[in-house]
Amino acid sequence: MINLRRWIVIAVPFFWLLALFLIPFFTVFKISLSDLAVARPPYIPTLDLSGGLSAIKEFLSQLDFENFAWLASDALYINAYLSSLKIAFISTVISLLIGFPIAYGMARVAVEWRPTLMMLVILPFWTSFLIRIYAWIGILKSEGLLNQFLLWLGVIDTPLIILNTNIAVYIGIVYAYLPFMILPIYATLEKLDGSLLEAAEDLGCSRFTAFWLITAPLARPGIIAGCFLVFIPAVGEFVIPDILGGSDTLMIGKILWTEFFSNRDWPVASAVAVVLLLVLIIPIVMFQKFQERQQQADV
Amino acid sequence: MNNRFSWFNATSLTLGFAFLYIPIIILVAYSFNEGKLVTVWAGFSTKWYGEVLNNQAFINAAWVTVKVAFLSSTIAVVLGTMAAYVLVKAWRFPGRTLFSGMIYAPLVLPEVITGLSLLLLFISLGLNRGLITIVLAHATFSMCYVSVVVSSRLVSFDESMEEAALDLGCTPFDAFRSVTLPIIAPAVISGWLLAFTLSLDDLVIASFTSGPAATTLPMKIYSQIRLGVSPEINALSSIIVGVVTFGVIAASLISKRASLKRRREEQMALAQD
Repeated sequence: MINLRRWIVIAVPFFWLLALFLIPFFTVFKISLSDLAVARPPYIPTLDLSGGLSAIKEFLSQLDFENFAWLASDALYINAYLSSLKIAFISTVISLLIGFPIAYGMARVAVEWRPTLMMLVILPFWTSFLIRIYAWIGILKSEGLLNQFLLWLGVIDTPLIILNTNIAVYIGIVYAYLPFMILPIYATLEKLDGSLLEAAEDLGCSRFTAFWLITAPLARPGIIAGCFLVFIPAVGEFVIPDILGGSDTLMIGKILWTEFFSNRDWPVASAVAVVLLLVLIIPIVMFQKFQERQQQADV
Repeated sequence: MNNRFSWFNATSLTLGFAFLYIPIIILVAYSFNEGKLVTVWAGFSTKWYGEVLNNQAFINAAWVTVKVAFLSSTIAVVLGTMAAYVLVKAWRFPGRTLFSGMIYAPLVLPEVITGLSLLLLFISLGLNRGLITIVLAHATFSMCYVSVVVSSRLVSFDESMEEAALDLGCTPFDAFRSVTLPIIAPAVISGWLLAFTLSLDDLVIASFTSGPAATTLPMKIYSQIRLGVSPEINALSSIIVGVVTFGVIAASLISKRASLKRRREEQMALAQD
């Protein structure tokens, strides 16, 4: 009886995820091997199971890797993958440079203030992503508030063009994903035993040496987790390059969206998704192994 | 961590929080702008709020969004709590690695992939796209967030309490309901809230999985943003930011009070021994 209950608790979420997370990937893979067609749905071949084994054979024989060959032959796609990785990487580095000092400051504030600061970091994460990105349009426009401010200061004579460039995309990604960098780093720094630093200083370390020898290595799990949490979703980001980026901003999430919604080429969109998944599988698996190790270390 | 708070810490906190909050503050401030131009101040007015509330398309989209968020977060909290239980208990079963992989992967997977794959599944199953398909999609990715939140609470949960309840003759379900659930309740509630706001917020997955019959608020906002900045969108955004901020702060105050009360009761129970 107990076992039956246990199996239900396992089976319900397990099959839900199989049906709505894993199987959809196989559908994407299958369609990436199909061809574009003027039909509903807009691809051939479609599988008709009632035709029996011969229909399945017929179906399989029509599948090919044409779409992948197409992706490899067109520089647009390769450049888009590379540029997505580059943009995600640079944004991750900037997020770390901005996020670490914030997390460090939070961990040094008096204990009673920490929950409030935590709340302040989490709050933007709860408010709409789309709205937070939209807020930057009014700031970065050529007649926007940032340019008005800089002109008023006299730092510049002509408005800077930031909106619809890659710089705007970097600002957007860093802004949107900063909480994901701050929180894991803060979590590790908060647990850091202050007496270690005192001991280091008693033994003659300068504050900087103590920081490099003690704080930085102990904060490593948080830094690694934060970097993964920013980098992986940033590679496939669509909203930020679409709203803040320009026509020359190449990001693969945007290409996938265009192939699907504008060109209505579902097989190519699926092939783009499969390759994107292959690109991301390495960091995703690394992240998961890392999380499992951390969890075991905590227990 | 020791408490020598330096000028460096103060500066980085001030600049950091300014960076996080100034864009939102500007957005809200300009929603009260009289003029049509978003970046030129022309006097105080609340007329754009009136326009938003009289815009039937926004109201309809908001209603669809709330329905989707309510249904999907409720499904997600049930599935996610079960999944958290499976993750934390060291039960052995075939596919355990696959199971935990399927919990963590959606957290980092680009939304375009999740959205596209679900859409293609729904189409090959011949499902009509609309409210139900968005609910299924949102429930699937939210349950992963719920299970992470709940499992972090379950890890610190003392299992001997549940075992004691079982020894005293509780059925496993009763033991879960009367011992485990009250203890993990704060995590379950914050998991539900997280799932709810994730669903409210989502543009990409909803765009893929919805049909012509169901337009959510983010989809409506997105199509307006593509036409350019407008004070009406600022007003609508400010309403959303206000509601969410109020909700999150209220929920955290309530859960804080509940945990203080529980701690007091535990101390009193210990004192009576």
